[in-house]
Amino acid sequence: MKLHVSTTVNGEPAEFLCSAEQSLLDVLREELHLTGTKEGCATGDCGACSVVLDGRLVCACLVLAPEAAGRTVETIEGVAKGAELHPLQQKFLEHAALQCGVCTPGFIVAAKALLERNPDPSEEEARYWLAGNLCRCTGYDKIIRAVLDTAAELRGVTR
Amino acid sequence: MSERKFRQVGTRPIRHDGLDKVTGRAQFGADYSLPGMLWGKVLRSPHAHARIRSIDVSKALALDGVHAVITGADFPAAAAGSEAGGEGGATDFHDLGANVMARGKALYHGHPVAAVAATSSRIAEEACKRIAVDWQVLPPVLSLDAALAKDAPILHDDMRTTGDEPLPKGPTNVASRREMGRGDLAAGFAAADVVIEREFRTPMVHQGYIEPHAVLARTGEDGRSVVFCCTQGPFMVRAYCAKVLGVGTDTIKVVPTEIGGGFGGKTTVYLEPLAILLSRKAGRPVKMVMTREEVFRATGPTSGTHVRVKMGAKRDGTLTAAEAVLVYEAGAFKGSPVNAGMMTVFAPYKLANVRIEGWDVVVNKPKVAAYRAPGAPMAALATETVMDELARALGMDPIDFRLVNAAHEGVQATYGPKYRAIGFVESLQAAKAHPHYRAPLGPNQGRGVAAGFWFNAGLSSSANVALNEDGSATVVTGCPDIGGSRASMALMAAEELGIPVEQVRPVVADTESIGYSDLTGGSRVTFATGMAVIEAARDVVNQLRARAAKTWDVELDAVAWQDGRAVATNGAEGKHEPLTLKQLAGRASATGGPITGRASLTARGAGPGFATHICDVEIDRETGAVKVLRYTAVQDAGRAVHPSYVEGQMQGGAVQGIGWALNEEYVFDAKGALENPGFLDYRIPVASDLPMIDTVIVEVPNPMHPYGVRGVGETPIVPPLAAVTNAVQRAAGVAVRELPISPPKLLALLDAAS
Repeated sequence: MKLHVSTTVNGEPAEFLCSAEQSLLDVLREELHLTGTKEGCATGDCGACSVVLDGRLVCACLVLAPEAAGRTVETIEGVAKGAELHPLQQKFLEHAALQCGVCTPGFIVAAKALLERNPDPSEEEARYWLAGNLCRCTGYDKIIRAVLDTAAELRGVTR
Repeated sequence: MSERKFRQVGTRPIRHDGLDKVTGRAQFGADYSLPGMLWGKVLRSPHAHARIRSIDVSKALALDGVHAVITGADFPAAAAGSEAGGEGGATDFHDLGANVMARGKALYHGHPVAAVAATSSRIAEEACKRIAVDWQVLPPVLSLDAALAKDAPILHDDMRTTGDEPLPKGPTNVASRREMGRGDLAAGFAAADVVIEREFRTPMVHQGYIEPHAVLARTGEDGRSVVFCCTQGPFMVRAYCAKVLGVGTDTIKVVPTEIGGGFGGKTTVYLEPLAILLSRKAGRPVKMVMTREEVFRATGPTSGTHVRVKMGAKRDGTLTAAEAVLVYEAGAFKGSPVNAGMMTVFAPYKLANVRIEGWDVVVNKPKVAAYRAPGAPMAALATETVMDELARALGMDPIDFRLVNAAHEGVQATYGPKYRAIGFVESLQAAKAHPHYRAPLGPNQGRGVAAGFWFNAGLSSSANVALNEDGSATVVTGCPDIGGSRASMALMAAEELGIPVEQVRPVVADTESIGYSDLTGGSRVTFATGMAVIEAARDVVNQLRARAAKTWDVELDAVAWQDGRAVATNGAEGKHEPLTLKQLAGRASATGGPITGRASLTARGAGPGFATHICDVEIDRETGAVKVLRYTAVQDAGRAVHPSYVEGQMQGGAVQGIGWALNEEYVFDAKGALENPGFLDYRIPVASDLPMIDTVIVEVPNPMHPYGVRGVGETPIVPPLAAVTNAVQRAAGVAVRELPISPPKLLALLDAAS
């Protein structure tokens, strides 16, 4: 028996059929074809599937798809507004804060959630907030710099 | 080399594939689908060592939604030990075939035994559970000591040790035993004032790329297959699948997807031949994606090792002799990186008297695959830790001690050749001059220094450069871009053509759209594929000069190429208005047709990479925890084409090495099942574990590359194991002989010392 779920994804109404035990990650990728959200572990350890559910940063692999009913989901595909990149996306490019790029969507979604809560994070705060997002390529240096630089820009400060 | 002034090389443009990667549009291995696609799943051995008496798949086939089941019986038999050269390199395809699907015997927990294609992954999983395997469980061999013990269980009845005498006789777990060296070891040690000998053990560790292996294969009625997969080498996948499946190379087309990290772990095949076979049998496309648990259990980590190093030095710091015995786990099939360990173990130093011995040993663990500078970090751990202890015994600064012995141009490397221009001395000097090296340390803090060497590879690459009518260009290569190499390819083409890098589109092509190219690995892409791009771009330039010569009705040698323009020269100066690339491109169809440059080459002279790392740690005497406070990586890049991505390699390599030193290890239970096959328990470094990783790029041009480029990707993982260990030893005053330096281990060392 499949469940019929109505939800909102990146500001648009969305509907899908899923089984009760399917994860939100699975549905985003396989049913809604939003493959920007990545699966790195399916156990909530890597953060590659970071999405925002009703304003809260979550791992989509740990959310059951039916839980999305009547709620709002924000994914990497909704971060840029039309042709305009979010400042985090621009700073990730300028700082070369990605190598292979597979963890990048999760980092951008998670960092955006950080800056919306804390517009002036210290380096340590940024590092702890992003500790649930694994990157094996960069050693995190350029990612942290990109996030702190974005925060400064959004605050109107020149670093 | 002439001092060339670069206009674009050395700048930091935004990478061409970046936009797709920050918006989630970039398609990685698991992001591809096809209509009518089935899902494939693998049944894996629950035993580390067991004979397969029989397999009954009838109940799986009877399940609704199941379209195909395969076992080892569906693969063609390969001759035992068949080595094949050519496109597959020196790979044993018998072993490779038996690794992708067990034949008669499972050799590690997770070894594939059967695979199923079904209409959903749930049905495929359920079908796997219904496959009945009659096992004869055998005692597993789970350590080097157990593998080498008298009366050890034997993994491969036909294995006989190859290499240098004395060799074990009869059935064995020792695949090879080799020796190399020169000079008079005994005399060398006799001449030393200080001799230090230490033994080190490191566990099996995994590359830990974030993207699990994924493949989508479609085989048509004509037997031809298209394979989408995340791999470091589409041509490797094509060759390996063709050999393992006994089909022609022309029947397989491999389309490389974006790749979410590899570090060497995606330089072989696991799922790809299974997906091809399942799609052939089912007549439908088949997609297979590994779980993280499968990645840990059944792909290729790198060797657990046991290394003994003995070195002697005189009071003035001169090394007099060095000896090493390296014993490496190969996993279930022969082929650990012990040879590279032997060749790198003393490579940074001037040594007249050396003996190095290496053992390649099979154990009931997953077959190792390449991991960033394969074999070198564990060897360097031993050498660089002994070097640190020698420096302390001699009362010398550890960098000064290395400077006394550092290899330089003209020195005969311990592994054979004479070094051309290399930047080891320069990297040591830059490290010594760095403010980090003079910064004060607090209580319970220590500073470690270590050096590292890696050969870097050349190998074969192809490149096409096509000029567009508006003067922009497309650069096509066959090497997947793992860390920004498209930007480097575009920079080099732009440099030659004299057009802005933004007007160059770099493309990674499938195996039917570009000439043969070896895989992305060995730190070779910017060096070797870059060399092909430069040559292909020069081919374009020569064609442009010919078009200008035709236009002006002059000889070819009367046309020079300067800053993106054809200029009259050789006595014709000023007689013709220069023609820009854009003008020539716009008129190409009228002057002889489209302009495409190409190059296929085997690059020689990959310049070795040298690095010096400085690491500060603080130890917590209550918990045994080690915190990395400050880290500086210095490395010779020859010529940094895109410095941001050179720094990125140095930072990423350093952090992988920090993880190896402090956290990471495969933990097996007594039966050989991996106990930590997930990121929660196999703990790679996270952002809050680390400081910024400072970098210093040294540039000693490689004389064998037109721009001086040398590979940079692998060298940075070589020093950190020892840099961290030396820092911990100096902070804690204890002797570390085993990685990882996890809190309980350090606590035990501290307790024993107090």
